[in-house]
Amino acid sequence: MSDIKVEKLKTYIETPLIEIDSMKGVGPFKANKETQEELGFPGEKIDNWKEVAINKIADTVSKYRSVQVFLDICVKCGACTDKCHYYLGTSDPKNMPVARQDLFRSVYRRYFTFSGKYFPKLVGAKDLDDEMLDDWYNYFHQCSQCRRCSVFCPYGIDTAEISMAAREVMNSIGVGQKYSNQILGKVKKIGNNLGMPEPAFKDTLLDLEEEIEQETGVAIRIPIDKKDVEVLLVAPSADFFAEPHIDGFIGYAKVFHQSGVSWTLSSYASEAANFGMFIGSYEVMRQGALRIRKAAIDLGVSRVIVGECGHAWRVAYSFWNTLSGLGGGAGDEYALQLQKQLDKRYPQPQHIIEFTYDLIQQGKLVFDKSRNDHRVVTFHDSCNIARGSNMGDIENGQFILPREVIKAACSNFVDMPIETIKISTFCCGGGGGLLTDDLIELRVKGALPRMQALKQAEESDAVNTMAALCAICKSQFSKVLPYYEFDPYMVVSVHQLVGEAIILDKEPKSKN
Amino acid sequence: MSLISILFILLFYFSLLLFVVGLARKVAQYWRTPAPFKIPIAPAPQTLPKLYLRMLREIFLFESLFKANKWTWFFGWVFHFGLVLLFFRHLVYFWPGELPEILLHSSPLRFAAFPLMLGLLGLLGRRVIVDRVRYISSPSDYLMLILLIAIAFTGALMTFFHNHPNMLLVKNFAQGLITLNWSELPEEGIFLAHIFLVLVLVAIFPISKLLHAPGVFFSPTLNQLDNARKKRHISSWALEKEENENGQDLEKNN
Repeated sequence: MSDIKVEKLKTYIETPLIEIDSMKGVGPFKANKETQEELGFPGEKIDNWKEVAINKIADTVSKYRSVQVFLDICVKCGACTDKCHYYLGTSDPKNMPVARQDLFRSVYRRYFTFSGKYFPKLVGAKDLDDEMLDDWYNYFHQCSQCRRCSVFCPYGIDTAEISMAAREVMNSIGVGQKYSNQILGKVKKIGNNLGMPEPAFKDTLLDLEEEIEQETGVAIRIPIDKKDVEVLLVAPSADFFAEPHIDGFIGYAKVFHQSGVSWTLSSYASEAANFGMFIGSYEVMRQGALRIRKAAIDLGVSRVIVGECGHAWRVAYSFWNTLSGLGGGAGDEYALQLQKQLDKRYPQPQHIIEFTYDLIQQGKLVFDKSRNDHRVVTFHDSCNIARGSNMGDIENGQFILPREVIKAACSNFVDMPIETIKISTFCCGGGGGLLTDDLIELRVKGALPRMQALKQAEESDAVNTMAALCAICKSQFSKVLPYYEFDPYMVVSVHQLVGEAIILDKEPKSKN
Repeated sequence: MSLISILFILLFYFSLLLFVVGLARKVAQYWRTPAPFKIPIAPAPQTLPKLYLRMLREIFLFESLFKANKWTWFFGWVFHFGLVLLFFRHLVYFWPGELPEILLHSSPLRFAAFPLMLGLLGLLGRRVIVDRVRYISSPSDYLMLILLIAIAFTGALMTFFHNHPNMLLVKNFAQGLITLNWSELPEEGIFLAHIFLVLVLVAIFPISKLLHAPGVFFSPTLNQLDNARKKRHISSWALEKEENENGQDLEKNN
């Protein structure tokens, strides 16, 4: 554990006074030449960066209504100023959503608006210079794009849109973040965030099959690249090896086993995560989505199901249909080609929670809840699922379904305080491409509001387990919980709870 | 006609021109710019009636602001509420010919000046006192409030302290602007100040944060339906790109 000053947790969330420049710095490690060029960005900061950046801003505002409108219409009412977990945890005023946007907005005003061109001081317009670029790099990598601010903005201004645009502008001039861009390079070359090649991927899962059989006495299969099965499961690659993720993955396998639905993983598209969203690149995000499209077509599946991953589910639910036509209701040839293949009786794509929930509703899964009786469980709503997606196609389904699945498998469930969950959920502190050790101080401090809410649930209801639905949340919490004197093993996958309580049949059920 | 009258008449049309042209350009820009992704913010409506209700609640009740901060909501709402009532009240001057029944009874609306002023002073106080809001404020943010306060103050002075200019002259002047049958305007200083400040407000509308009024209708996080996996949503530029790529693929395959 590195030496980061953490204040003793209170059981309520307090809005701190601003401490100017308390998080000023150089930001996370920058990507090297090779990493940048792999993604089609300039290898290093280009000489005429200012000119290129301004042109890129012009291009972005002409392509994204969100960015254009949000830059224009903020009235600086201050409603968002105490809503960001990074502000609450660091007190740096540039971590207030509006101030973070203003780094971008002040430049936009300077070069693109009448008032900013002729009266810059009056309207807070600023030149794009080296100092400003440093602030961009530093503070746009202190935003996890969780969209909590947007819920409270009277105009729905979404800082995530601005921070994605800013990162896209920076990449276009050769200033990229090492962590996100390196990972994207691995997906592009190998197919998953870990850069785990096909043989290693297959070996890992073969070992896992054996382990499950030893432990349960049931031969549960984890099929890879199996053609003409019903379901293609796309999970975040952390699910295949990381703790506590892997126990959630075992949970999926057990659910498939019990359901009798045939399924497969793809070694070509072995990654649900799509960091292309974090860097705001339509093209890079689309390349990730196209891998999954290709896998679905090649394997001839009729359903695509996504594992427990927060931003992956936002990308899948909200963007896949746009990016690659994986969804429903298309009018164009390209998307129809895939949509004809998909089974219209199910939403496409579907979340593993929706799959499990449906089976529970149909009475197809039987649980021994007492196996989870040593736990008092609470649920951390992952930001991208909570505010950027849905489940079950019912209003607020993304909050209802996971809780119902947990309750089916556990007797003791309590929620954390209402202002810290559901639409108002606090980010874990590690989302948006910030889950890297060079940002550990930010991650620890950004977790503060969630930790406070957890403390409150611990004191009032003796909560000892926090279930999460996102690979990043799980990794982040495992790392930061000890800083706040919690047990790092208290964070679990929702499907770990499912997997532990589920009663298995020796032979897989036939489908009907 | 007096020089002052001529100047104000010209100023009126000039401000109006800036307002109409500027606003039309911005609205056209918002309209034209595609929203490439579905990004509705939770709680996102899944049906059109619910979407309309959401927009109505945001526009008339400031629902999100209510969730965010009760003081800002209160000051903001009473200010806007007062503004709407007073706008309606001012139709009395501009309505050409016989006044409709409803405007004849609009006199009590003048008291809307009080919530308006309360809201503005509250918002200004908050901007000065709360350290976070002070940090994000530019000179223009203060000036906008001061401009509105000055408009409210000059208006209230005329209405409540018996130094209103001759109503008939005001009415003739205002109607003349609409019917292009121009007449002299009363030359009391306080009245001229009131009119001048309003015309400034009108003129800077399309180049200032007042764009939040038309802009809120275009905010993709608020105005989109949550139906991404039921219906394909794609922007013109992305579709074009896709078609080009597919064309190339076909060529390759042939």
